Amino acid sequence: MMPHAWTILGFYLLVLLLAAKPLGSYIANVMEGRPILALRLGGGLEAGLYRLCGVKRDEEMGWLRYALAILLFNLLGALAVYALQRLQVWLPLNPQQLANVSPDSAFNTAISFATNTNWQGYAGESTMGHLTQMLGLAVQNFLSAATGIAVAVALMRGFARHSASTIGNAWVDLTRVTLYLLLPIALVYAVFLVSQGTIQTLDGYQEVTTLESGPASVAPQTQTLPTGPVASQEAIKMLGTNGGGFFNANSAHPYENPTPLTNIIQMLSIFLIPAALCLTFGRIVGDVRQGWAVLAAMTVLFVVMAVVAMSVEQQSNPLLTSLGIDGSAGNLEGKETRFGSAESALFATITTLASCGAVNAMHDSFMPLGGFVTLWNMMLGEVVFGGVGSGLYGMLVFAVMAVFLAGLMIGRTPEYLGKKIEAHDIKMVSLTILVTPLLVLTGTALAVTLPAGVAGVANPGAHGFSEILYAFTSAANNNGSAFAGLSANTPFYNILLGIAMWFGRFIVIVSVLALAGNLAAKKRIAANAGTMPTHGPLFVMLLIGTVVLVGALNYVPALALGPVVEQLMLQSAH
Amino acid sequence: MARQTLSMFDPALLWPAVLDAFRKLNPAAQWRNPVMFVVYAGCLLTTALWVQAVIGTGEAPAGYILAVTLWLWFTVLFANFAEALAEGRSKAQAASLRGLKRETMAKKVKSADASADWSSVPATELCKGDLVLVQANDTIPADGEVIEGVASVDESAITGESAPVIREAGGDFSAVTGGTRVLSDWLLVRVTVNPGETFVDRMIAMVENAKRRKTPNEIALTILLVALTIIFLVVTVTLLPFSIFGVQAAGAGTPVALTTLIALLVCLIPTTIAGLLSAIGVAGMSRMMQANVIATSGRAVEAAGDVDVLLLDKTGTITLGNRQAAAFLPAEGVPEQDLASAAQLASLADETPEGRSIMVLAKQKFGLRERDIQALNARFIHFSAHTRMSGVDLPDSQIRKGAVDAIRAHIETLGGRFPPGVLRAVEEVARRGSTPLVVADGSRVLGVVELKDIVKGGIKERFAELRRMGIRTIMITGDNPLTAAAIAAEAGVDDFLAEATPEAKLALIRQHQAEGRLVAMTGDGTNDAPALAQADVAVAMNTGTQAAKEAGNMVDLDSNPTKLIEVVETGKQMLMTRGALTTFSVSNDIAKYFAIIPAAFVTTYPQLGALNVMGLASPTSAILSAVIFNALIIIVLIPLALKGVTYQPMGAAVLLRRNLAVYGLGGLIAPFIGIKLIDLTIAATGLA
Repeated sequence: MMPHAWTILGFYLLVLLLAAKPLGSYIANVMEGRPILALRLGGGLEAGLYRLCGVKRDEEMGWLRYALAILLFNLLGALAVYALQRLQVWLPLNPQQLANVSPDSAFNTAISFATNTNWQGYAGESTMGHLTQMLGLAVQNFLSAATGIAVAVALMRGFARHSASTIGNAWVDLTRVTLYLLLPIALVYAVFLVSQGTIQTLDGYQEVTTLESGPASVAPQTQTLPTGPVASQEAIKMLGTNGGGFFNANSAHPYENPTPLTNIIQMLSIFLIPAALCLTFGRIVGDVRQGWAVLAAMTVLFVVMAVVAMSVEQQSNPLLTSLGIDGSAGNLEGKETRFGSAESALFATITTLASCGAVNAMHDSFMPLGGFVTLWNMMLGEVVFGGVGSGLYGMLVFAVMAVFLAGLMIGRTPEYLGKKIEAHDIKMVSLTILVTPLLVLTGTALAVTLPAGVAGVANPGAHGFSEILYAFTSAANNNGSAFAGLSANTPFYNILLGIAMWFGRFIVIVSVLALAGNLAAKKRIAANAGTMPTHGPLFVMLLIGTVVLVGALNYVPALALGPVVEQLMLQSAH
Repeated sequence: MARQTLSMFDPALLWPAVLDAFRKLNPAAQWRNPVMFVVYAGCLLTTALWVQAVIGTGEAPAGYILAVTLWLWFTVLFANFAEALAEGRSKAQAASLRGLKRETMAKKVKSADASADWSSVPATELCKGDLVLVQANDTIPADGEVIEGVASVDESAITGESAPVIREAGGDFSAVTGGTRVLSDWLLVRVTVNPGETFVDRMIAMVENAKRRKTPNEIALTILLVALTIIFLVVTVTLLPFSIFGVQAAGAGTPVALTTLIALLVCLIPTTIAGLLSAIGVAGMSRMMQANVIATSGRAVEAAGDVDVLLLDKTGTITLGNRQAAAFLPAEGVPEQDLASAAQLASLADETPEGRSIMVLAKQKFGLRERDIQALNARFIHFSAHTRMSGVDLPDSQIRKGAVDAIRAHIETLGGRFPPGVLRAVEEVARRGSTPLVVADGSRVLGVVELKDIVKGGIKERFAELRRMGIRTIMITGDNPLTAAAIAAEAGVDDFLAEATPEAKLALIRQHQAEGRLVAMTGDGTNDAPALAQADVAVAMNTGTQAAKEAGNMVDLDSNPTKLIEVVETGKQMLMTRGALTTFSVSNDIAKYFAIIPAAFVTTYPQLGALNVMGLASPTSAILSAVIFNALIIIVLIPLALKGVTYQPMGAAVLLRRNLAVYGLGGLIAPFIGIKLIDLTIAATGLA
């Protein structure tokens, strides 16, 4: 890895951790309703919203009611996005008069944005009108992010409370996250993006005359430049780990990601809230070291994956160099030369570890090992930083599992944060960990078996398998990035991936909330010298080991038939 | 109970276990263990595939399918064998217990009168409330309570202790156990249990009950194992379409054989722990039996591993039961000999070791001999928990001895005054950790007898161990706070409860539980029953009263209060063994992937041969080696499952680091070596 890459990585980590600490405390204050400045400023608006919706702010919910509220909220969101897409030609703010989206694509996209996946089977600029983008997709970007954070906070309360029957009020949590966390940051962020050159307009697409249409050329050459309210959507796309771009080219597009500065800020904003939430967790359970331990485990895994991806992508493809092509800039196929190989690889690592899925380079064109890293990152279950909220609750589920195994090994009923881990908890933990591999593997198996699935594969051989595997891994883990190369905008993939996204998101959410409810009801056990410490390096190692082991056990055979065999073929071809 | 311990692979246990292993092939028995049931189903499937290969065209060479099938059957049999072996050991223990239940005849009486006529009825027909007379050389027919008489009883059948014990009406020594034998005198016993509910019945049921209920941790672990099995089922089932797609895409090789997929599945699912899980549970109970502790449930044993606080009675646990009188400290103006004389008089009827030691000291110091009780015309006042005094009423004096508070209250009600000099002496004695016994005559305080407590050797080290395990020890004593503090310091306990009453004990337990701690205690007296019932782990002494035994969830047959520590260790061992074997089992899978994945797909993608890091001879031998390793490891680990992972008292972090290194890292590495060795053997013998 070149020194430049190390510098970028080091700088990135430094800024991330510095920013995460105050933000983590802020989120804890907001979610616990402490009388901080922001809550006093927004208090009137918040109270007004509750009156409008008939929400009783102090009414606490049990886990089941909380889960039903979350499900209902997201179902309504998905229906709204579906309706906007299916009716857009008759609605205002569609200057290009883009047609109504097909039912299967609208179904897929509605679920995709409601589940924080932002898998895009469509191309934004040629499919979605401004109103659909703003009122449908951008709004869901906020609300799906708020859903993830609310569920994570509910789980934190499960650990923090004892002998309690409730885990908070879903409506209040969703409102507070949106009002005090996502909206203010997104507003400032969008203005910053505009200052860097990201566009923000409601006008129709621009016809421009290109430089080639000078007097020497035969006919005037024109080009259509798609435009729209990009900055407002771009900010929350990164901040909420959504990743659904306004344009098909996503963050590789100069209107979405115009400068090197926006590039690094975009990368930072993906991990910002997931990192901060770890520290919020520490604050809410009353032991900040617990939060740092989880953050440390995430950071170690991230650094390892980033170093691998950057090292691999900074090397050139041996098949190309053997043709006499200069490979000193690394593997640049499918990458923006503005960003280069190192920053593209770093972006790819971040976006796949967090369930963001925004891309500034095409993962399909990565070296097999680089592509392996992006795929593997998602297979870890989107728990290394992961999606906003979802990353933390996923990681805490792994922590409970790690504690269960290790706790038995020290001869005590396993406990985490003073809560005994019992049969019901393990049931929920198992369900959470089981559901995504199940969706990924059965989905992939269906796709490689049925003609409709095989028809979408553009690349022959093992790479074609990797593309399908990537699609289902991305969908079920709610990442949303794609190995381009798979023609996924077909009824078959739209529906199958839609199912994977929905269940990958909400089975996990319901079982996490059930876990939270069960934990909240338990008594808290006092810690002593016989209690396993869950804040030291040993626990961090154990947590890392559990995440990696579970990921490996689930996916090694599939990986062996995809990217691993590709890499081995490349080596033998060389 | 027969005390001989059978060695682990005693032939007497081995052959029945082998037979049982085959008997357990019954699908109904397999269904109880979901993970092993998957293996069982896999066996049936590969057997069918083999038959298909023999009679027609098989999906793979018949020899290969047969080899895999045989070893899969061995996997099931080995797991059955482990369970059968553990159960066999328990059954041997139960059989020796059943010897106690030989048909005895009881002498049933109609009224509580030892001289009444009795009729002979079989012991099995006795019901709760019946009265029986037991005379010398009779076997006590059922569990009961002595309502009249004193007798020496041989309880060695239950406790293994050869010295006879005294059983008498009233007090804490009134409980008798069916199957024990009266050596001298007679007892009138009220039967306290119905047929089939006796202590021995419960013990036998506990020990041999094959359908024992799973403990909470076992249930949680089983859920995790089932979840892993489901994942691996999906992983292997989806490999078939992946393989077919790969063959089409690469245009080379053949799709993976079903036999290979089943082999992979069995290797991946946690068969090691699933096969040994019930053996670990049975062995844990059986280890408790060997320690002469009968637990009412596996749940209780497991809870013992979680204990945070131990309440230990001072006397008999921390100190030797008998305190020794060490000095007479007279009040001002009282000759020491008068004090000694009064103390001796008050102790004449006191058969406790303390009472006898006062007599001894008085004799040593002043040559005072025992006096004729009849001639003295004395009336003895026995110690009661209420007055906390004992003594003697003579025609001209009323001598009392007791704790300072009790005597003080006593003389103050008589209008006396407690001299400050004696109070100082009391404090002085207490500070030394001895027990001050105040002697008074009427309302006049004569002085103090210093009773020295002797702390048991090695107990301090034991408590230090417990502290390292994270367990707090609390000494419970009826002594005053000063005395208690001195002994607590000498013995090295973390805390003490002085002047303990049953209510105070109960309150202490509740307080610790409210703070989120698990409390264990031992007890023997009826007044311990409420506290025993409240404690999470309660070990009742077998010498204790029926009430205490009913309230506890374990009974220590040796009546050794220090046993609590062993109980805790056994509980921990059971959990550790399960955790260690689970970690080992799951870690094994990585090596198995490296053995099987390249072998299964090398025809489609020859490049995958690079993953054959062990350099296994051929695809067939690679798959077979993994399957054989998976089966043999169950046999190899049976001794560990039965004996349990050795527990050493140390901090949780140290223990975890050690066990992670041994069973986690060891679990990663061991199969690489094992599979390679098996592969070398197969290649050398040319079997595959």
